Amino acid sequence: MNARDILDYLGIIPLLPLAGAVILLLAGRRIGEPRAGWLATGMMALAFLGSVVALFALLSLPADGRLQVNQVFTWIPAGTFSVGMGTQADPLSVTWLLLVTGVGLCIHLYSIAYMHGDPLFSRFFAYLNLFAASMLILVVADNLLMTFLGWEGVGLCSYLLISFWYRRNDAATAGKKAFVTNRVGDVGFLLAMFLIIATYGTLEYTAMAPAAEIISAGTATAIALLLMVGAMGKSAQLPLHLWLTDAMEGPTPVSALIHAATMVTAGVFLMCRAYPFLEVSHDASVVIMWIGAITALLAGTVAVVQPDIKRALAYSTISQLGYMFLAIGVGGYEAAVFMVLCHAFYKGCLFLGAGSVIHGNGDNQDMRIMGRYRKFLPVTAFAMVIAWLAIAGIPPFAGFWAKDEILVEAYAHGDYGVWIVGTVAALLTAVYMTRLIFLTFFGNARYEAADAAPAVPVVSGGSDEGDPADADGHDGDEDPFEDHPTVVFGEPPRPSRLHGHRPHESPVLMLVPILVLAGLSAVGGLLNLPFGKLDFLHQFLEPVFEGAKGVKATTAQKLTAEGLSVLMALIGVSIALLVYRRGLRSPDRDPLVDRLRPVSTLTGNAYYWDAGVTRFVGGPGERGASWLNRVFDARIIDGAVNGTAWLFQWAGRAASRVQDGYVRRYALGILLGTVAVLGFVLLWAGR
Amino acid sequence: MIAAAPIATPAVDLWAIAPIIALVATGVGLVLIRALLRRNQAVTPVCFSVAVVGLLVAAGLLARQWHRVRDDGPIVSLADMVRVDPFAVFLGIVIVAATLAGLLLAYAYLRREDLEAPEYFALLLLSAAGMLMMTTANDLVVVFVALEVLSIPLYVLVAFDRRRLRSQEAGLKYFVLGAFSSAVFLYGIALVYGATGTTSLSGIATFLAGNTLFEQTTLLVGLGLLLVGLGFKVAAVPFHMWTPDVYQGAPTPVTAFMAAATKAAAFAAVLRIVLTAFPQYRDDWRPILWVLAALSMLVGAVAALVQNDVKRTLAYSSIAHAGYILMGVYAASSRGREAALLYLLVYAFMAIGAFAVVMIAAPGPDDAKHSYDDYRGLAVRRPVLGGLLIFFVLAQAGVPLTSGFVGKLELFGSVAQAGETSDYVLLVIGVLSAVIAFAFYLRIAWTLVTAPDDDTAVAAAYSTRPRRVDGWTGIVLAGAAALTLVVGVLPGTFIHFARDAVFF
Repeated sequence: MNARDILDYLGIIPLLPLAGAVILLLAGRRIGEPRAGWLATGMMALAFLGSVVALFALLSLPADGRLQVNQVFTWIPAGTFSVGMGTQADPLSVTWLLLVTGVGLCIHLYSIAYMHGDPLFSRFFAYLNLFAASMLILVVADNLLMTFLGWEGVGLCSYLLISFWYRRNDAATAGKKAFVTNRVGDVGFLLAMFLIIATYGTLEYTAMAPAAEIISAGTATAIALLLMVGAMGKSAQLPLHLWLTDAMEGPTPVSALIHAATMVTAGVFLMCRAYPFLEVSHDASVVIMWIGAITALLAGTVAVVQPDIKRALAYSTISQLGYMFLAIGVGGYEAAVFMVLCHAFYKGCLFLGAGSVIHGNGDNQDMRIMGRYRKFLPVTAFAMVIAWLAIAGIPPFAGFWAKDEILVEAYAHGDYGVWIVGTVAALLTAVYMTRLIFLTFFGNARYEAADAAPAVPVVSGGSDEGDPADADGHDGDEDPFEDHPTVVFGEPPRPSRLHGHRPHESPVLMLVPILVLAGLSAVGGLLNLPFGKLDFLHQFLEPVFEGAKGVKATTAQKLTAEGLSVLMALIGVSIALLVYRRGLRSPDRDPLVDRLRPVSTLTGNAYYWDAGVTRFVGGPGERGASWLNRVFDARIIDGAVNGTAWLFQWAGRAASRVQDGYVRRYALGILLGTVAVLGFVLLWAGR
Repeated sequence: MIAAAPIATPAVDLWAIAPIIALVATGVGLVLIRALLRRNQAVTPVCFSVAVVGLLVAAGLLARQWHRVRDDGPIVSLADMVRVDPFAVFLGIVIVAATLAGLLLAYAYLRREDLEAPEYFALLLLSAAGMLMMTTANDLVVVFVALEVLSIPLYVLVAFDRRRLRSQEAGLKYFVLGAFSSAVFLYGIALVYGATGTTSLSGIATFLAGNTLFEQTTLLVGLGLLLVGLGFKVAAVPFHMWTPDVYQGAPTPVTAFMAAATKAAAFAAVLRIVLTAFPQYRDDWRPILWVLAALSMLVGAVAALVQNDVKRTLAYSSIAHAGYILMGVYAASSRGREAALLYLLVYAFMAIGAFAVVMIAAPGPDDAKHSYDDYRGLAVRRPVLGGLLIFFVLAQAGVPLTSGFVGKLELFGSVAQAGETSDYVLLVIGVLSAVIAFAFYLRIAWTLVTAPDDDTAVAAAYSTRPRRVDGWTGIVLAGAAALTLVVGVLPGTFIHFARDAVFF
C-alpha cells in the first residue's frame, strides 16, 4: 500500500466523528455521562491519528506531486454537468485536517469537565462531533458543492451549539442571528457556484486554476467577490461580523472550537482554494485586502473597551480574522494559513482559559469584578499569559511570527496603506490583550468588594442553610446571570456570584488542553521561521499555490516591518500597563473608557452598527414585511390559493360523480376514449 | 415476408427465457404440492418457501442475464419473438422484486383473513411469469399472450377475498373491462398485421422503414387500438375508471403488486411497441400520449382530492403516476426512456411501502376500513408505522431527499429537453398536477398526525388491539423505505443503472 492508496481513504476521517454523532444522537442518553464525552473524544483522537497518517503519507510524496484526488462516487449526475463526492488530499486540506482534529481533540477533552453535570451532556457531544464531521467534510472536499455541504453543516452545528442552552432567550436569539447572518453570506457562495457552472461548468477545485486563465477578468472578479461574500459571513468580516459576538452565548468550549479556532477560518480556507481567481483579478484582491484591514482595525478598537471577557475575545477574533484576509488580499496565502494555525493555538488557549476563569468564579464574565486571579487560578494564569504574549506579538512566541509575516508581505507588496492599518491594529491588539490579562489576573482583587455590596438582593428569602445556589433557584428567573451572562458595554458592574467563596482552579481535565495549547502558542513559530530553509510551512504549502505571484521580501524590508511591529506591540503593552497595572480603583470606573470619551462610547457600542441594523430590520423592515403579510399575502396569495383549492375540489367532485360504480358506465368510458383516439387518428393524423 | 430481419433460427435459447420458465415451473409446482399435501398443516409454509425460492432463482437468472446482455448485446431467440435486452431485464428485476413483496406481504395477510394461501402464491407467480414475458416480447402476438397470462391470474387474485363483497365486485369489474380492452387490443393487432403483413415489432419497423404506405388509415387505427388496450392496463385516463374500484376492492397485497408490477409490465409493452415498431409514426402517436399523460396527471390528482378513503386515494394517485411515466414515453428519447424506467423502479417501492402500511394499519378484521377517520392519529399511536406511511406519501408527492423527487426531476427534465412549445405545456401540466397532488398527500400526512376527536369510530380504532407487524412485512417495509431514501439521497448509482437499461 503506497502513500497514494492511503490518501485515497481520506474520506474516512470525517466519517469517524460522524459515526460518533449518530451513535450519540441515537443512544446518547443511554450512554450517559461521562462515557458519551469519552466516546466523542475517542472519535476525535482517531480522526487526529488519521490526519497524522495522512500528513506522513503526503510528506513521503515528492513536493510537486502532493495532490491526490479520489472521486468516491458521482453524487448528482445531471446531463453533461455532474458533481461527485470525492476527497482531495493536498498540503492545504491536510493542514486543516490536522488543525481541526488536533484543536478539536483538545477542546473535546476540555468539554468533558466543562459540561459536567449538564442535563444535555451527551447531546452536547453529539453536536460537537457533528460539527467536527461537517468541518472535515468541508476541508477534504474536492469540489465546491461538497464544501458547501460541510459549510452548511458547520453553520447548522454553530446554530445548535450557540443556542445550546435553548431555554435562555438570549442564547436562542443569538443562534438565530448567527444562522440568518450566515445565510446572507451563503447567497454569495451559491451565486458564485452558479456563475462557475454557467461559465465553465465544473465545481472541482483542480479545474479552478486552468479555468481562471480562460475566463474573462470580470467574471473572475465576480466569482472571487461572491465567494468572498460567503467567506465574510462565515468568517465574521465587516459588515457581516455582527453574529460572532452574540455567538458567545454558547458554552465556552464552543466559542473556542467553532468561533475562534476552526469554523470561522472556513472563509480563509475557501479563499485559499479560490486563489487562482484572485491571482487574475487584482480588483478582487484589493477589495479583500481592505475588508480585512478595516475589520482588523475596527474590531480592535471595539475590543479595547469591552467589559466582558468573552466579548473582548470575540472582537479580538474578528480582528485577527481580518489579518488573515489582509494576507490573502496581498497574495500571502501561506502567511494566512500560518496565521490560521497560530491563531487557533493562542485563541483556543485564551478561550479555554476564559472558560476556566468563568467556571472558577461562579459563571461571572465581567472582568471589572475580577482581578488578582493568578492567586487562585495559577495554572490558567500561566497558560493565558503565554497566549497573551503570543497574540500581542512579542517575540519569540507564535503570534509574532505569524502577524509579522503578514505585515512584511503587505509591506513588500507595496501596499503601504494596509500595512499602516495593520500595524496600528497590532498596537491595539497589544493594548486590549494586556488589559484583559491584567484586569483578570493581576492588580487588585475586586470580587470581594463586589460581593460585599450586592446591587441586586439575590438572597431575599433569608435561607440560613444550604448553599446560595439553592436560594437562587427559588426565585429562578430573577437572577440576571441565568438569563444574560453576557455583559455588554455601558452596563454597570454586576454583583459577584461567589457569595463569599473564593475563585477556584479548574480540574486537571480542563487544564491539560489549556496547557497544550499554551505550549503550542509558545513554540508555534517554529513551523515557519523566516530564516533560510526554516520556513517549513511555506515550503509545504507552496505547491498548492502554484503560480501565485508572491513577493520575496528583502532583509531590509523584513527588518523595517518587523522592527516597527515589535515596537508597536511594546508600546501597546506599555500603554495598557500604565493604565491597568494596579487594576481598577472601582469596578464601575474603567480609566481607559473614561479618558477616551466620547470615542470610547462609540467604539464600545461597536459603532452602533449592530444597533442600527436591529433598528432598521425591526422598524421599517418589519413594517414592510407586515404590510406584505396583511395585504399581499392575505388577499392576493391566499386568495389565489383558496380559489384554486376550491376550483379543484369542485372538479374532483365532478370527476368522482362519473365514477358511480357501474361497469357499464366504465365500459362506456373506455369506448368513448377509443372513439376519441380513433377520431384523432382518422381526422388529424391520417391527413 | 420477414425478409429484412436478421437470420431467425428456429432454435430455442432456453437461457433467454429461463426466468420465465423458473416462475412458471414454480407456479405449477405449487399447485402440485398443494394437491399432494392436501391435509397437511405444513402446506402453507412449504408452498411459501418454494415460492420464495422460485422468485429468488428467477432474480438470480435475471441478474446473470443483465451482465450478459449489457456486455454482449441482446439475446434474440424463438424466431425473433423474444428479445432479452437491458431494458427487458431491468423491468424484469423490478417485476420480480414487486412480486417478492406481494408474496411476503401476503403471508401474514392470508392467514389473518383466513384465505387459501398456496393458490394465491401460484397465481401470483404465474401472473409474474406473464409480466416477464411481456417485457421480453418482440412480437404483437407474444405481447397479447403475455397480456392474457398476466391478466387472468390477476382477475382471480383481485377477487381472492371470497367473503368480502367488494373484492368479488372488483374482480368481476376488472374481468369484464379487461376482456373488453383485450378485445380492442387484439383488433389493433389484426389491423396492424393487415397493414404491414407482420406482427413482429422489429419486422413492422423494417417494413415501415422500407415501404411507403399508400393508405395509412388501417395502420393508424390499429396503432390507436393498441394504445387503447395498453392504456387500460397502465390505467391512463380515460381508460382508468376500473382502477379506483379494483385497487380498493382487491386484497391489499394484490393492490401493491398491481400498482408496482402490472404497471411496469404494461409500460414495457407501451415503450417497446411505440419506440421499436412505430418510430416513423412518432408524430402520430405522440399527440395521443400527450393527451393521455395530461389527462391522467390532472384527473388522477384532482379526483384524489375529494376521496374519503386512503386506499382509494392511493389508487387515484397511481393514475397520476401513470401520467408522469407517460410523459417519459411521450418524450420519445433515450433520456425519456431512462426517466420512465427509473420512475417505474422508484414508484414500485413507494407504492409497495404505502400499501404495506395500509395493509397493517387498517383497523378491523377484514381489509375494508380505510377511511380517513380510521387512520386519524395513526402516527401518534404507532410512530414508526405512521411515520413510514408519511414518508412514503411524501416520496410519492416528490419531496426532495426521496426517490420520488429524483424520479420526477428526471421525467420533467426529459420532457423539457425536447424543447417544443407543446412539451413545455405538458411540463406545466405535470408540475401543476404535482402541486395539486401535494394537497391530498399532505392531507394523508395531516390525518396521521392529528389527534383524533372523541368520535365513536375513533374510539373503536383505539379499542381494537393494534395489529403486529410480522417479520415478512417488516422486511418489505424496511426494504422499500431504504430504497426510497437511498435513491433520494444518492441518486447517482440508480440513474446509471437506468441509463444502462435504455437499450432495446
